[in-house]
Amino acid sequence: MASLVSHPDEVKVVSKRFGKGATDIDRYLELDGYKAVQKALGMQPDVIFNLVKDSGLRGRGGAGFNAGMKWSFVPKQSAKPKYILCNGDESEPGTCKDRLIFEHDPHAVIEGVVIAGIATGSHTGYIYIRGEYRYLLEIMQRAIKDAYARGFLGKNIFGSGYDFEVYWHGGAGAYEVGEESALMESLEGKRGIPRIRPPFPAVVGLWGGPTVINNAETLASVPHILLGGAEWFAKLGPPKNGGTRLFCLSGHLNRPGVYELPMGYNLKKMIYEVGGGIPDGRALKAVVPGGSSCPILTAAEVDVSMDFDSMMKAGSMLGSGGVVVVDDTTCMVKFALRIMKFYQHESCGWCIPCREGTDWLKKTLTRFHAGGGVQKDIDNIRYLAENMLGRTFCPLGDAAAMPTISIVKKFRKEFEDHLEGRPCPFEKAGVVEPVLA
Amino acid sequence: MKFSDQFESRFSEMLTHYPTKRSVLVPTLLYAQDEVGYLNHDVIHEIAQRLDLTDLEVSNVISYYSMLTTKPRGKFNVQVCTNIACMLRGGEQILDHCEKKLGIGHKGTTPDGMFSLEEVECIGACSWAPAVQVNYDFHENLTVEKMDKVLDGYKQN
Repeated sequence: MASLVSHPDEVKVVSKRFGKGATDIDRYLELDGYKAVQKALGMQPDVIFNLVKDSGLRGRGGAGFNAGMKWSFVPKQSAKPKYILCNGDESEPGTCKDRLIFEHDPHAVIEGVVIAGIATGSHTGYIYIRGEYRYLLEIMQRAIKDAYARGFLGKNIFGSGYDFEVYWHGGAGAYEVGEESALMESLEGKRGIPRIRPPFPAVVGLWGGPTVINNAETLASVPHILLGGAEWFAKLGPPKNGGTRLFCLSGHLNRPGVYELPMGYNLKKMIYEVGGGIPDGRALKAVVPGGSSCPILTAAEVDVSMDFDSMMKAGSMLGSGGVVVVDDTTCMVKFALRIMKFYQHESCGWCIPCREGTDWLKKTLTRFHAGGGVQKDIDNIRYLAENMLGRTFCPLGDAAAMPTISIVKKFRKEFEDHLEGRPCPFEKAGVVEPVLA
Repeated sequence: MKFSDQFESRFSEMLTHYPTKRSVLVPTLLYAQDEVGYLNHDVIHEIAQRLDLTDLEVSNVISYYSMLTTKPRGKFNVQVCTNIACMLRGGEQILDHCEKKLGIGHKGTTPDGMFSLEEVECIGACSWAPAVQVNYDFHENLTVEKMDKVLDGYKQN
């Protein structure tokens, strides 16, 4: 459904089976499918998680936590069953990569789930896919069924004596459910309200059992690491940032699309070479480097390497791989408002700083953009956002605050241009014609 | 309350997937809604009974999820994304156009019950923006002209 693109700089690891018919299990087997899990079945659990740890694979959902390390936190002995939970509730604005993985390579996700299970001594995995992705849930349902029919899932997988069940699960529309503890609540049939931590899911997760929660892209990377080795994977990117990433290029670009590039790829090159630059000779104004929750970068800050550590140093985050490019015809007040409107809508309302903070910020930004702003609003917006940071149950509060603070800080003049009842200076120029007509 | 055979077989299978009955709730509600059109009192009561929950517990879950609705919608629910990636590429113009063409606003339904309109948050089509989902079908890289064709196509159904 979603169209594929390519660029010579791409290093295809996770996307190497895209467009090759790998949803069909026989085709997947021809393309080295289910070899990694068979290899894992002959390995000791600690050898597997150490291999993944050494590969430098970090959480592709956005937090960037070392995946092998996460697995190693699961207790060896547990009175309650242990679970693997694949997070496919992709909903961070700017992100559309898991969609392609499910669409083109669902068996790779299943394989990653089983390997994570073997590494942690778990026998059950769930693949949670957001409700809007109904066609992908259907692809996954078929893939699971086919894998069961071949004896790759269920009792005694591949004749190894190891049992592993994989089940699908569909959501029903909620950004917050992408947060790991809310995801578990949703899977248990409840409202997606985050849980307080500690205890962490690796100790107390689904139905009280130890649970590993990984993003779909993280899990889809695992079989490749098993086959290619930790060293090969680690060397694809800079130190401690192993592998590649599916970068979702969107916004004001000539060639938007999902490209798999090595970790540490230069953002400026990504915009101008891979993404084909800004349409109609307009200039770059800002970039959201990793989904709407990341602090925004200005045009002067884009000569930076896209890996977790470099982005942190640049004052932002690598996040979920959603690179949203913004040109000079865009009003940043309106942009901040649209982001806040989203977080206000998605806040679960459980904790006060997030519920009240997003609501007040949305109201203030709406009034401000409409020309009803006063000077002290500018500092107030920043003050409100700063007071949400680190004061909420889950990262949604931070996710709403971080872009807001950065936009006020870096584009303060645009806020001042809206003062004293002046109409939005971009309103005319802001009519953006879709460039892909 | 009668659901399709497919619903029933999926429902019984799902119950075997989890250690607790309640875990099937969210996907089951969405599948029920697909059949009935919306989650009316009868559906809520039926599902609550089956899962040993109270009607209130089920309603409480419904109100959390944005795809679930307790009000009837049109046959085709047009969901226009206006989040950042779509906004930058004309998502708001697509929404304006749909409002004018259908003569309804956000969460409205046409008098003939054919179309509903909704402004939605990110649907995971950022690299193919602006995008719209009609029921579960994605329509991407839209322009106002293409949107007209999409709507006309559904009208003929």
